[in-house]
Amino acid sequence: MAAGQQGAIMGFVHRRRRGAELFLLVLALAVGVGAYAAVGIGVEGEVPVDLLGYGGWLAGLVVAAHVVIRFVAPYADPVLLPVVAALNGLGLAVIHRLDLADGTTFARQQLTWMTLGVLLFVGTLVVLRDHRVLTRFTYTSGLAAIVLLLLPLVPGLGKTINGARIWIGVGPFSFQPGEVAKVLLVVAFAGYLVLHRDALALAGRRLLVVDLPRGRDLGPILAMWLISLGILVFQRDLGSSLLFFGLFLVMLYVATERPGWLVVGSTLFLGGALVAWRLFGHVRTRVDIWLDPFAYYGEGTSDQSYQLVESLFGMGWGGLLGRGFGEGSPDRIPYAESDFIIGAIGEELGLTGVIAVLLLYGLIVERALRAALISRDGFGKLVATGLASVFALQVFVVVGGVTRLIPLTGLTTPFLSYGGSSLVANWVIIALVLRISDLARRPAPSVGDTAGDTAADAETTQVVRLS
Amino acid sequence: MSELTLFLIRVAYLAILWIFVLSAISVIRSDMFGARVPEAARGAAEPRGPKGKGRSKPPAKRRGSPTHVIVTEGSNVGERAELDQAPILIGRGTDAAIRLDDDYVSTRHARIAASGDQWFVEDLGSTNGTYIGSVRITQPTTVTLGTQVRIGKTILELRK
Repeated sequence: MAAGQQGAIMGFVHRRRRGAELFLLVLALAVGVGAYAAVGIGVEGEVPVDLLGYGGWLAGLVVAAHVVIRFVAPYADPVLLPVVAALNGLGLAVIHRLDLADGTTFARQQLTWMTLGVLLFVGTLVVLRDHRVLTRFTYTSGLAAIVLLLLPLVPGLGKTINGARIWIGVGPFSFQPGEVAKVLLVVAFAGYLVLHRDALALAGRRLLVVDLPRGRDLGPILAMWLISLGILVFQRDLGSSLLFFGLFLVMLYVATERPGWLVVGSTLFLGGALVAWRLFGHVRTRVDIWLDPFAYYGEGTSDQSYQLVESLFGMGWGGLLGRGFGEGSPDRIPYAESDFIIGAIGEELGLTGVIAVLLLYGLIVERALRAALISRDGFGKLVATGLASVFALQVFVVVGGVTRLIPLTGLTTPFLSYGGSSLVANWVIIALVLRISDLARRPAPSVGDTAGDTAADAETTQVVRLS
Repeated sequence: MSELTLFLIRVAYLAILWIFVLSAISVIRSDMFGARVPEAARGAAEPRGPKGKGRSKPPAKRRGSPTHVIVTEGSNVGERAELDQAPILIGRGTDAAIRLDDDYVSTRHARIAASGDQWFVEDLGSTNGTYIGSVRITQPTTVTLGTQVRIGKTILELRK
């Protein structure tokens, strides 16, 4: 499978491109620090006094990450870190802007979380020198993910915030274990699918135009479907439920190259969604708001769509170029710093800004899929694909929800939204993708190193003389 | 802060954002095909044998393509065969293009054949095997200029 790909790039080696990464990092810092300065000028009328300290801290973090990459992953993709740094910097500035309007201190906490995220990013790259080690933890990480997903349901530990029971609280800290679980689930799915892809890919019968899988191979997909439904029912979290099931479906499809799984999966998803819509009030409310938000807005109504409609107004007011930092009023949107940060960006930076942000997400997904394409081992391919699809699904679900393309489901916008668990988990995801791309882009080891085991096989083979 | 300044700041910031996006895309564009393997690095890699599974660069047609295969070590030093007559059979038998008087060589030991513009050496089920460097080959393996192919006590090379 890798041979064809390598044939296409035969005779080429990937360059390290660390210089290009550094250049892009400087631009990314300009995006992050520039946004901070623009917020200060727009809201308070002067350049913020702590601009140097803030910019220095941000620069220190990304340069530290860059130096570590130079040493431990020299062939890693040069675009990912700068894109992530730019998104994180922009997110910090927008959260800071909302802080100034609301009198909160989310930006400061977010900066602390970002520091922790970069530390874990560095730790992942230093400790994990070869992602294939993770195949050993296939079932361990699957089990850990399920335990983490169940933790919020434990009485006394779980916390219900805004109707969703997806947090755990230890002392003053609250944490969303689902964010960590999504990384573990990708590893578990990849390890499982690499081993069982043949059975899942080949067995089955043909019905009309699609190959349908065998009944007994449906076990894993049904289990995943039930887990997703469980999250929906017991934790009332539409977003995570959609994310986990979509992730599994994408990885199953990529591993087996069988469209039949998509048919089965979509049927299960539509069935589950329909039942959930019938049985659960909170799902039906979301759909009603999606179909007709203005019926639930303003005095005399339940005002349930206040958040969505304010965000729509904001984006409409922002128009093409936006109001400019400090000139809009994104603080009217409840939770603008987390789920609705795209609404805040749409209001103050306009369509131009939102499209730039979406392009940056597109670049992250593209680079992760690229790492999957050139990776030489099946496990790495699947992990990179899984992480790319986590990103793509999450951005689609949350931005689609905010812009009223699909019913709103609560998920964080990766790297932009306020939320420690999500930020830390996403930094680890980027570290994993960088590790896979580093191994994939490294020049192929020469025959002398790799053919040792094939030579050993040859010794035991009976030699047949032709003449 | 005047209206105009704020407008300029807003446009300037959007410009920075887009400059970043476009630079990232241009880095990806220049990264698309990687770099050509430098000639020096290829030469250095060769004593260890060519890179496996067709990753080795085919000999460039214009000047670097090999014209003959020659015995560089063993009892038949200097014996050669032109590559125009490919496939070239190597062995102790009388039908071999390169006949080797070497007790460790089979009658029909190996052959050298072209595929596309690459040259491959293929073991024909010999008793003692065909080696590139210290590695016994189990499938047709690319050879480039100067790659040492060992058969019994004999070493052959492609030359131009």
